[in-house]
Amino acid sequence: MGLRHKLSTFRIGGVHPPEQKLSAMVPIAPLPLPRMVTIPIVQHIGKPARITVQRGDSVKTGQVIATHDGFVSSNIHASVSGKVGIIEETMDSTGFKHIAVNIRVKGDEWDESIDRSDTLITEITCEPKEIVERILAAGIVGMGGAAFPSHVKLTIPEGKHVDTLLINGVECEPYLTADHRIMLEKPNEILVGIRILMKALGVPRAIIGIEDNKHDAIELFEKLLGGQTAISVAALKVQYPQGGEKQLIQAVLNREVPSGGLPADVGVIVHNVATTFAVYEAVQKRKPLIERVVTVTGKDVKTPSNFLVRIGTPVIDLLNAAGGVPEDAGKIISGGPMMGKAIADLEVPIAKGTSGILVIPEEEAKRTESYNCVRCGKCIEACPMGLEPYYLLLLGRKGSPEKAEAEHILDCIECGSCSFVCPSNRPILDYIRLGKAEVRQSKAPKV
Amino acid sequence: MSERLLTISPSPHIHSPLTVPQIMRVVILAMVPALLFATWQFGLGAIYVSSLAVIFCVLSEYVIVKYLFRKSTTIGDGSAIITGLLLAFNVPSNLPWYIILIGSVASVGLAKWTYGGLGNNPFNPALVGRVFLLISFPVQMTSWPEAHPVWTLDGATMATPLGLLKEGLRAGRTVPDIMGELPSLTDFILGLRAGSLGETSGLALLLGMAYMLYKKVITWHTPVSMMLGVVLLSGACWLYDPTHFAHPLFHLLTGGVLLGAIFMATDYVTSPVTQRGMLLYGFCIGILTVLIRLFGSYPEGVSFAILIMNAFVPMINKYVKPPRYGAKPSTQKH
Repeated sequence: MGLRHKLSTFRIGGVHPPEQKLSAMVPIAPLPLPRMVTIPIVQHIGKPARITVQRGDSVKTGQVIATHDGFVSSNIHASVSGKVGIIEETMDSTGFKHIAVNIRVKGDEWDESIDRSDTLITEITCEPKEIVERILAAGIVGMGGAAFPSHVKLTIPEGKHVDTLLINGVECEPYLTADHRIMLEKPNEILVGIRILMKALGVPRAIIGIEDNKHDAIELFEKLLGGQTAISVAALKVQYPQGGEKQLIQAVLNREVPSGGLPADVGVIVHNVATTFAVYEAVQKRKPLIERVVTVTGKDVKTPSNFLVRIGTPVIDLLNAAGGVPEDAGKIISGGPMMGKAIADLEVPIAKGTSGILVIPEEEAKRTESYNCVRCGKCIEACPMGLEPYYLLLLGRKGSPEKAEAEHILDCIECGSCSFVCPSNRPILDYIRLGKAEVRQSKAPKV
Repeated sequence: MSERLLTISPSPHIHSPLTVPQIMRVVILAMVPALLFATWQFGLGAIYVSSLAVIFCVLSEYVIVKYLFRKSTTIGDGSAIITGLLLAFNVPSNLPWYIILIGSVASVGLAKWTYGGLGNNPFNPALVGRVFLLISFPVQMTSWPEAHPVWTLDGATMATPLGLLKEGLRAGRTVPDIMGELPSLTDFILGLRAGSLGETSGLALLLGMAYMLYKKVITWHTPVSMMLGVVLLSGACWLYDPTHFAHPLFHLLTGGVLLGAIFMATDYVTSPVTQRGMLLYGFCIGILTVLIRLFGSYPEGVSFAILIMNAFVPMINKYVKPPRYGAKPSTQKH
């Protein structure tokens, strides 16, 4: 280690929030089955899935309960076996209401087609087309948070040439350790997953990007890869938001995705490590995405943990398993502290894109007093997209979508670095979000 | 348990510990070395002038905000304290109290609150105050006390090196001839010369800069580019004719160049927001300073140079943009 690695990182902007990886050394533990799961039919970017079950139906673990509607959509599976209960609008962890299927848990009877053994299957027999079909069937979406359907990313648009698969093992959000643990505990499965994705995409090389605060994962992958050249590891200097797709591409390959473009425009497809593991299970074991690793953490959480959780499990179950809701809990976040969403109700279910549950103590939960902008330029220094957040705030507040668009407000990835550094504690990102919505609205066809 | 009310707010949910009051504290601490040196150098006068300036500035801020704006007090943000200290740093240490009062009201009232307070003022408040005084009280503002410890308020006065240089050149003498009567470069670095209260010791000011850089309160861009501008232009002139133009290090270490580069030009509110903009801004201040010194009627030009460039800041902010991610169109064919 040490000198062997020349650490790279992205070049524009970036901040260094305290890492707080409290649960990094805690092995993944399966959470006991809940009594009831609530499975929203929207857990992904795209159209809601179409429900195929009715109240009173008996379902097995892994059975489809809602099928994808169109190409940019995803299948939804029963994560438990039992009886379908009420199907109704429910608040999800992002604060939106979606139709969700409730299932009362009875036993744990799995769909027969799923291979539940632990045996590592390294031989990839599926053809590329079949791989994409199995990933689509398994309802796999990006598990880093954005939840974009993975089969869409494996279908390269006409006329684009992709030469590199980037595997995102950065996990730059403070506190979260789910990806770190999965890399340590399932490295061989991830490597097979990478080869599956390479085969599906027809790319000659893959690079796993891991930040230097996860030495053990970097070393483990390097050891397992030996002298192999098709797959390699890129050790990255810790800097937020390196896990952003665009930042990772710049850090590892020194390429810049053009404004408004996709990674495929610069010959790259990015998948998260947890997604890669899910791809392995989907293709080699025919196991749909019905469970995921979730970090439960926070300064006052008794036992910060990494749980293997069935999709649809209520958040409160995870908190109870980690020692209960801390006395002084002021805010509970689904995701990390920089980009996660505050949840209002502890009954909301874990979704495919939920990487962590973070408890923030009362005294840190509320925002403090904000001052006038002193034009210190710290938000500009911090912005990884090279924007001028202080100015975008003014444009967002004034409601000038044309000007805001000319200032590239739509390039904003909402990483929160600007609000994080602002010494005047101004709600920069709030107004940028507003400004982005206004720009999109002004461009939408009038009805 | 279910009775608990949880806070809901958009991300991010954590904040960097560096806030405006904290930044102001760092800046004040960074001024302490220069203040201590001034106290050693000018004795009681330094403390008298600094305390009065701070008190008058904070008082002006308090009165204006409370009775004119009828808002809750803003003295907690610490900016009035800094304005007071910087005003004191920019005047002789034997200034009478009523002139300090007028300067403070001009700084906080005229330069800052006519525009709506911290963050809205286009010109550096302390410099507006200083120039206001320089024009209104030219004699008192250019009578510097002797540069050695005098524990009285009425010491003998003397001219600054820049003043002596200008006078000598007007009298038709050459630069090497005048330099023979001035302190050495080492004295300049240490601060053993006449000058405004806080500008004399380069060493103390650089110490303050190092602290602010370490605390990430300022970046190197403005101070370094300003010093570079001073050294480059004065250096070019010196190379052209050393009998008429002084050595670039003389220009760098005399007058208010270091004080201006480190504490005045780096003022957030009145300097550009991008690092590229700061480079341009600082460099232009350096050039203007030297132009005023060499070809203007005033011996010193730092204050004017900074105020002139303050006026260009909105334009610099408009046209000088940060390097943007993905600005280049795709190289792949669609």
